[in-house]
Amino acid sequence: MELVNIFIKSAFIENLVLTYFLGMCSYLAVSKTVKTAFGLGLAVIFVLGITMPINWLITNLLLSETGLLGMDLTFLRLILFIAVIASMVQLVEMVIEKFSPALYNSLGIFLPLITVNCAILGGSLFMVSKEYNLSESVAFGLGGGFGWFLAIIAIAAIREKLKYSNVPAPLRGLGIAFIITGLMGLAFLSLLGIDPAAF
Amino acid sequence: MAETIAKKPEAKEREPLFGPKEKKLLTDPLNDNNPITVQVLGICSALAVTTLVYPSVIMSIAVVFVTAFSSLFTSLLRKSIPKQVRMIVQLVIIATLVTIVEQVLKALNFEVYKQLSVFIGLIITNCIVMGRLEAFSMANRPWRSFLDGIGNGLGYGAILIIVAVLRELFGKGSLFAGSPLAIQIIGPSSDYILDTSAISWLGWYQNNNLMVLSGAAMFIIGVLIWVHRTWNPKLVDVS
Repeated sequence: MELVNIFIKSAFIENLVLTYFLGMCSYLAVSKTVKTAFGLGLAVIFVLGITMPINWLITNLLLSETGLLGMDLTFLRLILFIAVIASMVQLVEMVIEKFSPALYNSLGIFLPLITVNCAILGGSLFMVSKEYNLSESVAFGLGGGFGWFLAIIAIAAIREKLKYSNVPAPLRGLGIAFIITGLMGLAFLSLLGIDPAAF
Repeated sequence: MAETIAKKPEAKEREPLFGPKEKKLLTDPLNDNNPITVQVLGICSALAVTTLVYPSVIMSIAVVFVTAFSSLFTSLLRKSIPKQVRMIVQLVIIATLVTIVEQVLKALNFEVYKQLSVFIGLIITNCIVMGRLEAFSMANRPWRSFLDGIGNGLGYGAILIIVAVLRELFGKGSLFAGSPLAIQIIGPSSDYILDTSAISWLGWYQNNNLMVLSGAAMFIIGVLIWVHRTWNPKLVDVS
């Protein structure tokens, strides 16, 4: 139940894009059509779900004072996290290419992009600061990824419709995308009242 | 830096250390090529800290430091970095600089370090840093890359501070809360300023809580882009 709670909280209430602005770059760049947004969203869920437990193991087994090395090495955290993320993305890319060429073709270009998606590194850093345990961090990763997926699909759908509306010229493109994101953020706030115990 | 320019064999005469071209590198990102409103890079993360001005100023300084020195080092190493692994090399340079910033801030001002929490670490994945390395430093000499880095950091910081001033002023009625310079400008004193006798005008003003929510930052940036493009029509998105 605790895990469901964390999943819902990270997906809706503390949405990575709408609350913390994480992964804004690819969120704005790849949200022109729903199809590509869907691919990128799936890839983010996937990578967040994988890197989160690995980074948890690194923090708790290697870097902490009570870990295997017996030294406080937290200052190495950023470098190790980004290395894990970069290599996991590479690995995931190779595995998908080998076993599911269809999925690889649909995700293809988006996978390398994910390395520099702040949502992934941000997720890992939040996981550390919130002191989750291993299973909680998996739930947090999947929930955060799912929230990101929902947000990018929603904005892509809105932007597809927006092509037919008469937006003032200087606001076209980027400006209106920001304002819509702000409105979506407000809409997601209404989910604050969700009681996860009801699930 | 001067030696690196002088060493360049094909340069017929020594270029000035700070001529019009160099000045353009610094000022361009503040207007025509602003990282946030024009290039749309680096919106990630850092905006979450803009509820208060003081942490935003510190965040801006951190970003300027990282963009400037990562550009400088990448540019110095640009001829010896193999093309296939350049991303990893760049990431390592950036991550090292960010770690330095993080440790220095932790030692100097723990309060702000806690407020910025994970967002200092997230400068690593801030696209503006990587974007400038790829687009500029890999092809330019160190001194100019350094200036380009500072310019882009400043263009980024400027937007960050504008957003923070608007959000703090209308959301909490204060400016620079949490720092020694804290002042209450409008409305009732906020929780961040303990001195309740602080001078305050317009006592009837009720703090607008919307400004503290993340949505407000998006609106402000949307409107900033609107204003910027109205004022500078060549930036209008034609598609």
